[in-house]
Amino acid sequence: MRNSSKWTDQRFEELIANLLRTGVLLSATVVFIGAITYLVRHGFSPADYRVFRSEPDELKSAQGIVRYAFQQHGRGLIQLGLLLLIATPVARVTFSVFGFAKERDWMYVGFTLIVLVVLLYSLFGSFLIA
Amino acid sequence: MNVLEFTFLVCVGSMLAGLLGALTGLGGGVVLVPLLTIFFKVDLHYAIGASLVSVIATSSGAAASYVKEGFSNIRIGMFLEIATTLGALLGAFLTAKVPTSAIAIIFGSVLLYSAYVSRRTRPRSLGDDPPDPLATRLRLNGDFPTTEGIRHYNVYRVPTGFSFMFGAGALSGLLGIGSGAVKVLAMDQAMRVPFKVSTTTSNFMIGVTAAASAGIYLSRGYIDPGLSMPVMLGVLAGSLIGTRLLVKTETKQLRLVFSIVIVLLGLQMIYQGIAGKI
Repeated sequence: MRNSSKWTDQRFEELIANLLRTGVLLSATVVFIGAITYLVRHGFSPADYRVFRSEPDELKSAQGIVRYAFQQHGRGLIQLGLLLLIATPVARVTFSVFGFAKERDWMYVGFTLIVLVVLLYSLFGSFLIA
Repeated sequence: MNVLEFTFLVCVGSMLAGLLGALTGLGGGVVLVPLLTIFFKVDLHYAIGASLVSVIATSSGAAASYVKEGFSNIRIGMFLEIATTLGALLGAFLTAKVPTSAIAIIFGSVLLYSAYVSRRTRPRSLGDDPPDPLATRLRLNGDFPTTEGIRHYNVYRVPTGFSFMFGAGALSGLLGIGSGAVKVLAMDQAMRVPFKVSTTTSNFMIGVTAAASAGIYLSRGYIDPGLSMPVMLGVLAGSLIGTRLLVKTETKQLRLVFSIVIVLLGLQMIYQGIAGKI
């Protein structure tokens, strides 16, 4: 009983690790494409990051980013890639919920769901409070 | 400086950070913020945004190599992630309220502390103490493979470890770092988890912790695509090269040099924080 759950743990973690790798690769590709677009169009503009001016709305929310990216703006694409990157650990935690459920480990399904809620709040809910 | 030049320079700098981080195992991310704020004069908020993004990238990208050997304990990781992610929310919340000069000073202090901690070696024997009831109830105890076969270990002082992890998460959210050192400290020292299990478990927790504050950073506009792009791609490239080189390099000297660099950067950050330059 103990041995088999350790085996599925291991297999599961390998699956998760591959998921993570794929997520990073996908995100890096999107970022790269966005980078080329951005550099080609804005390469010779001045770069000034000395003062914090926040970002335009279309780069701050998930919906805004997707829309902006599909309009083929370089910065939108980059931001989309970054969004995918942030989503990668979220996907991993979601995956773990199912993994623990499959092992019928309800205590850990609960713990993992708590983590997932925190992550989702950070991504989508933070402009509801504060 | 125009965008092209800036992007190129930041990319090279990030590659160096990623390379050193991978070779020394000391976490290249920790030099990114000082690099960006001190040398590129980037505003601290943009810098921590970009750094946090690269932390997610390297942590997730490297996950595969840590999992394959079967050292990481997914339950310890997931249970403690409750603490780290909640801490990360607090950290991300605080980073908007705390003045950037104070953040710079805190950051510098963390740098000094991590340089100090990395120099200490911690030999410890695995005792045969009775298992801790809370740890057993939470199913945190585990096994790991050694050359002599499968070794079992027990986990202790769960509430202490949990609090440490909350702190690690808060630091991660406040400073845009991975806090790997604090996480390992919590597991290794407080909870008596074997070192190799602590390091591998910490590595795979870092990405989730960072993602918890990244969402908030994103909605606050700390993540700028023009800056985060060269940082992310540079650090990824650097750490990929670094892990390839790892087998062939003598890292002891490098670690010493890197520790000195970290101390210098730490002092600079504290100085600039006090002087109000950051």
